Amino acid sequence: MMHASHRAAGYIAAMMHRIAGIALAVFLPVHFVALGTALGGAGAFDSFLSATNTPLIKIAEGGIVIALATHLALGMRVLAIEFMIGREPTRIVVPVCLAAAFAVGLLFALNVQ
Amino acid sequence: MSAILFTAQRITAVFLTFAVIAHLSTILYAVRGGLTAADVMARTRGNGWLLTLYVVFVVAVAIHAPIGLRNILREWTPLNRRSLDIALAAFAVLLLALGLRAAFAVYR
Repeated sequence: MMHASHRAAGYIAAMMHRIAGIALAVFLPVHFVALGTALGGAGAFDSFLSATNTPLIKIAEGGIVIALATHLALGMRVLAIEFMIGREPTRIVVPVCLAAAFAVGLLFALNVQ
Repeated sequence: MSAILFTAQRITAVFLTFAVIAHLSTILYAVRGGLTAADVMARTRGNGWLLTLYVVFVVAVAIHAPIGLRNILREWTPLNRRSLDIALAAFAVLLLALGLRAAFAVYR
């Protein structure tokens, strides 16, 4: 059931913060296992990197970068509300957080090779 | 218990704020050059400062993520709370073990 409050900026921010956090929690063990292949030396690590050098994986990587930036920006908002400023102009702060996360994703997309 | 978990999550969040900004900056720099694994490892291997940073990073994540998941799963699912706590404690140990292994693989 969709309530009017579900369209409020604060609710959208809380949902996006959570969904980005879940995505990161699912990704992290895979990321750690991937980095662990470096134990086998640069050759083993490189084989892993070339095996994952596909368009689909690149898009997924971009998604994870955006998830990390989103969780960071919205998490900083939570810390600021709880420990520093109390209330904030939610309708301004939340879009700024999401724009910052999108900008990081764009930088990644423009730079990735 | 919840007060301790809340405090632990917020303290780790403050550290992770700085660590993730540094990590994201490194990602954006590293992907730019199309670095090979050998290039990356030549820069990372034997760097004690980065190893220390990433060890603390992994410990903070292994505390922060399971507490966040616990809050979400308690709210969104009818899962038994005790089973959930045990599963998430196991997830914390898994993150810690895999994360430390990864940090030592890349930075030691």
